[in-house]
Amino acid sequence: MLMGIALGVGLAVMRLSPNPLVAGSSALYIWFFRGTPVLVQLLFWNFISALYPEISIGIPFGPDVISGDANELITPFAAAILGLGLNQGAYQAEIVRAGVLSVDEGQTDAAQALGMTRLQTMRRIVLPQALRVIIPPTGNEVISMLKTSALVSVIAYPELLYSAQLIYAVNFKQIPLLLVVCIWYLVVTTILSIGQYYIERRFGRSSASAPPPTPMQRIRRGLAIRHARIPDVPGASGDRR
Amino acid sequence: MSGPAVKAEDVHKRFGRLDVLNGISLEVQPGQVVCLVGPSGSGKTTFLRCINHLERIDAGRLWVDGELVGYRDDGDKLHELRESDVARKRAQIGMVFQRFNLFPHMTALGNVIEAPLRVKKQPREQAVQRATALLERVGLGDKLGAYPAQLSGGMQQRVAIARALAMDPKLILFDEPTSALDPELVGEVLDTMRGLAADGMTMVVVTHEMGFAREVGDVLVFMDDGVVVESGPPRELIANPRHERTKAFLSKVL
Repeated sequence: MLMGIALGVGLAVMRLSPNPLVAGSSALYIWFFRGTPVLVQLLFWNFISALYPEISIGIPFGPDVISGDANELITPFAAAILGLGLNQGAYQAEIVRAGVLSVDEGQTDAAQALGMTRLQTMRRIVLPQALRVIIPPTGNEVISMLKTSALVSVIAYPELLYSAQLIYAVNFKQIPLLLVVCIWYLVVTTILSIGQYYIERRFGRSSASAPPPTPMQRIRRGLAIRHARIPDVPGASGDRR
Repeated sequence: MSGPAVKAEDVHKRFGRLDVLNGISLEVQPGQVVCLVGPSGSGKTTFLRCINHLERIDAGRLWVDGELVGYRDDGDKLHELRESDVARKRAQIGMVFQRFNLFPHMTALGNVIEAPLRVKKQPREQAVQRATALLERVGLGDKLGAYPAQLSGGMQQRVAIARALAMDPKLILFDEPTSALDPELVGEVLDTMRGLAADGMTMVVVTHEMGFAREVGDVLVFMDDGVVVESGPPRELIANPRHERTKAFLSKVL
């Protein structure tokens, strides 16, 4: 997911570049990775060793930095990360692009009038403001990614679903185990949603003069009011609304 | 500084099929306050944005401080400058916008120190010191930590002026700086601008404030349909306009 987000930001900035070559290559990437099923991409990365038995990263026509047998290098885990990350990058790019487009053009004008370069403007002025628009759909994507990780079971990487399958293949308790899987997914998505709430609060700071109270603060305040309530005051309950 | 601060020669600009500027020629001398007036859609704002290359001109020549804006002259061919060169030149020209365009995620102080830190690479301490002095000068010494949303329109515009000043510009462009303000807030911004003019800052001001133009302006330029209809000392021009279009416009705004 982190890889997806980083890739997404890079791709979005590229796509909005005035340079047609840069924007075009980003558009091509998004077109390809968004246009093919993630399941196919996962299987592709898993079986990449059939195409390139040996993989090396290095300076072209120079010495290799890393090289090795593709079967060892692309483990099911690496294939899962590559497949999900590269695919996520394409979606995230569009989310970031939407966020960037939502920022008032006057902001770019002002930053450029001050002599800031395009990259400085992006990093210091536009992206921080775009975050407010980017975060909610990104939260969506994080959760959806968590569930998409169940797809990884097809390349025999023991994530949650595949582990459960392994167990019920032995003890035949399919339904109970699938329920356990659901509960675990719910637990993790709940934690992620709470995280998202606090992140949004932090970045919403400058728009409102005071941020709304968190649920915890509200509960505490509610308790305090209950303690302070004086019984038998006429109209007390009516005035409260 | 010798020669004109800004010199425009037959500047043209079009948006698609709409001709916005149809050959603007004018000069701004160092230390002058030039006020551009005219009906809406006459190209005042577009011309202002051309001066710091926020808009690219389609024909003609435009110099700021003796240097071509946005282009390099290679004999008879013009080459557009690289982005970093354009940015470097823009850093010497301040701009104040109609809708302030403060950075809402930064405090007043943050807004003012941003460009000195990032563009001029000033040490933080020095930038903060200077920004504090500038904000005090525009009367906001007690609002350093306030976010733009917590300030009134007039205060925001004064922060924007301080932000422009922080880059020590040779020239400041004002794009209808008081048009988005409530009437009672206009005065404080005009006072700040009056102070700058008194200090000898070169200013090009697009405005509807005829009072300000008459009192502070050295030259009043009347524009219509993308051309300069007439220009001259403000008092004279307002008292005795020669062109029909100027008369028609002045009769509406005065």
